[in-house]
Amino acid sequence: MNHFDEAGAAVQAALDAGARYADARVMVCRTESMTARNGAVEDLGSDESAGLGVRALVGSSWGFYAVPDLSEPAARAAGRRAAQIAAASALVAGSPAELMPAPPVTASWASDCKIDPLSVPLADKGDLLVRATAAAKEAGADLAQANYSIWDTHKWFVSSEGHRIDQHIRECGGGVTAHAIGDGEVQRRSLPGQYGTRGWELVEELDLVGNAPRLAEEARELLTAPLCPAGETTLILGGSQLALQIHESVGHAIELDRILGWEAAFAGTSWLDLSRLGTLRYGSDLMNITIDPTFPGALGSFGFDDEGTPAAKRHAVRDGIWVGVLAGRDSAAVAGLDYAGSVRADGWARLPMVRMTNVGLEPGPHTLDEIIAATDDGVFMDVNRSWSIDDQRLNFQFGCEIGYEIKNGKRGRMLRNPTYTGIGPRFWQSMDMLSSETIAWGTPNCGKGQPGQIGHTGHPAAPARFTDVRVGVQG
Amino acid sequence: MSAELQLAAKVVELIRELAGRSAEAEVMVRHHALALTRFANSAIHQNVAEATTGVRLRLHLDGRTASGSTTVTGAQGLRSLVERTIAAARVTPPDPGWAGLAHPAALHISAGHPGSGEHSGLAFGFDEATARATPAERAERVRAFVDAAGGLETAGFCRTEYLSAAFANTAGQAVEGRTAEAAMDGIARNAGFAGAPSGLPGGASRDGVARLSASRLADLDGALLGARAAAKARATADAVELPPGQYEVVLEPTAVADLLQNFSVFGFNGKSWAEKQSFAELGKAQFDPSVTIVDDPLGSRGEPAPGLPFDDEGTPARSLVLVRDGVTQAVTHDRTSAAQAGAESTGHAAPTSRSWGPFPAHLRLEAGAAPAGGIPDGPPSIAESARPFVARMRRGLLVTDLWYTRVLDPKTLVVTGLTRNGVWLVEDGEVTRPVGNLRFTQSYPRALGPGRVLGIGAESVLLPDNWGGAHYAAPALHLASWNITGNASG
Repeated sequence: MNHFDEAGAAVQAALDAGARYADARVMVCRTESMTARNGAVEDLGSDESAGLGVRALVGSSWGFYAVPDLSEPAARAAGRRAAQIAAASALVAGSPAELMPAPPVTASWASDCKIDPLSVPLADKGDLLVRATAAAKEAGADLAQANYSIWDTHKWFVSSEGHRIDQHIRECGGGVTAHAIGDGEVQRRSLPGQYGTRGWELVEELDLVGNAPRLAEEARELLTAPLCPAGETTLILGGSQLALQIHESVGHAIELDRILGWEAAFAGTSWLDLSRLGTLRYGSDLMNITIDPTFPGALGSFGFDDEGTPAAKRHAVRDGIWVGVLAGRDSAAVAGLDYAGSVRADGWARLPMVRMTNVGLEPGPHTLDEIIAATDDGVFMDVNRSWSIDDQRLNFQFGCEIGYEIKNGKRGRMLRNPTYTGIGPRFWQSMDMLSSETIAWGTPNCGKGQPGQIGHTGHPAAPARFTDVRVGVQG
Repeated sequence: MSAELQLAAKVVELIRELAGRSAEAEVMVRHHALALTRFANSAIHQNVAEATTGVRLRLHLDGRTASGSTTVTGAQGLRSLVERTIAAARVTPPDPGWAGLAHPAALHISAGHPGSGEHSGLAFGFDEATARATPAERAERVRAFVDAAGGLETAGFCRTEYLSAAFANTAGQAVEGRTAEAAMDGIARNAGFAGAPSGLPGGASRDGVARLSASRLADLDGALLGARAAAKARATADAVELPPGQYEVVLEPTAVADLLQNFSVFGFNGKSWAEKQSFAELGKAQFDPSVTIVDDPLGSRGEPAPGLPFDDEGTPARSLVLVRDGVTQAVTHDRTSAAQAGAESTGHAAPTSRSWGPFPAHLRLEAGAAPAGGIPDGPPSIAESARPFVARMRRGLLVTDLWYTRVLDPKTLVVTGLTRNGVWLVEDGEVTRPVGNLRFTQSYPRALGPGRVLGIGAESVLLPDNWGGAHYAAPALHLASWNITGNASG
């Protein structure tokens, strides 16, 4: 069964109502999530969502309308409504929007999946979470939580230019967290977020039960560990924290809609100036950032974005120089670029917008052991606990769950409440060692847009070293 | 009976048919019509609307619990939801934390309630015209905002929402309600949006903001908001950088809303409190005696009902005093956290509250007394309720907005974030110069601790939440100290 006809009816109705371009997505989504706490299942949800979203371009503005009804009459009504909404924008019109030319595509794509996560018995999945939290509790956690999430999405996309694309994308992931609660503070250790466009095999590889006792012990130890000292030092970041660093201080900064001011009131703009694309130094020569929705199994992977552009890998930063952006067909046309491919929507009821796909750091020449061995005095931090960055994506302060002193090439004492702060390009230009031990980390909770949308993004990253970083900011 | 309540009743019947009379089930049906007109670079660039109906079912069967939801609300879709949820409940591990169903209870709304009827002129806060607002009506307000900015670049949104919802459970509770809300939020900038400002490597504030939430679209004045944002933006020219340190501050209502949001999610959350992750200690004077914080889902005299009159477990919503005269009085509960704490549900269940905890979504920091001599004159770039505090501050900061705040430690509620949309140095009662954006790392409850609140503004302003579904009534705050930990240089 497919839904091309309903999508096509919506598109045609929008054109008939005056749109000069229209596209529509029908999506049928199944999600399942479970949480366990202290050895018992806490919440289990199984959700189904089906609907159609149609966008119509009239003058300078998109109009978008979404309905949960997949009948053709409802689709046609939605198409008309989208065009009417777009037309109402003429009261406050801008320059007529154009779309970067793109050949129509007829295609079908599905993500790889060894074990269909929805086919794994609920009892087995529940037992896994229960056992993981029980193991953490037994090892000393005051509070142990475990969770998994599964997304199973079918999409049918039709455009007025002739696109007809269907995709089936399966994503899943999970984790376990141990809390130790002291008199005046709470410490936490968790498996860093592991999510991908993969099957249940991803969750099995996490070994939630096996890792839980270590996490509980580390959380307890953190309660009495010395505070991360304040000052400037050499900072080594673990891979998962570097993934967050990339997400916040590179991924969002290279979103073309932000650069063009389209997100100015909420998410913010970007410190990047398009006139310097191709010449601006973003980081050290070791910094090579790619936009790669073809990365196998990563959370931001797909066959086609939500405008029908085929997935393709390209550089955003090459040898430290800023060379690329995340773009859609409309923003690319404004900027005079010849590529798009980074537009997605959070479900059928939301307008597609520029989103990160997989924005990651290409591997470096070192290993984490080599980086530590080459460091006389510094701090190692990993696993994000708090993240804050300004509306131009420059001034950041991140907190991690755990830190360690690095002295004379060896890992020393555990440090609690490690934080570091800096200015994006200055920080990236100080990167002097980079590991080759890349993992495709996933972020399933990236917020952007109004109305708010949650995006799934991937971030291949490996441990790296940065010099003269301010650490140990406390409240 | 609304269409939503009929749908909820159908699902309850299906449960009885397919799972038997011993099954305990809760059904929540929401019809949500959301429309948002968004502008940037002084033109409408995104204009969206949706009308969706969703059904959420929670089922407890033979000691096991499962939940499910669907937007497919035809007969087959509902049957599929029920069958799927029954199947899940039969195989999931036991749920020892199940707290049972809410028993039938009447809603607390009446024409005599401060937020409804004779007081607000609205039927329980509901304005039909807002529920049926058109894209043209939203565009008119955007037009007014843009025009009032007098040539400055503008960006923001005008939003209208209509929610009609019903709840039914197998214990016999059946309630329904509807709400409508409008909000506008926009900035003006004293330079273009595209690209980085020359010579200002981050942190230089060039924006001014104005935002407001209301039960009636008619109460949103785009021109007034646009003029306010523009006045602030114009006052940000030639910002200077200040060193980190402790600063006396005046926070405008837009900034205070962030404090209320973090208190809500991390402090007054009954689950966090039960697990000892919250700072809240009932009966203890944790705040300055001038501080009273109320959760008011049914609205108040000046703020007609902004929320549904019941929660996702069918418990009637009611006003709840969380802090009175500086003493922490209560935290919010759903049935699960209430059972854990040996308390009663306060009507704060949400679809995710079992995992994330129940928290208040309609907080109001009670306004202070009006200044004896009236509101002092001042430039339009300063919120009226902040002017008396600016006038008496010897040296400190006037802060419009807080941005990207994140919690470093939930127990102490130490938060880091940045200022945004206008910050100024105040010396001897006068705004002397704009300041580049600053990073802070500050315990929020400590900032409002005994002796640290120097003044609370005389007017609470109703402000929208970024993600919808919540809002905050916030006055300006004058605080003795705020921990600035960084500036544009890092």
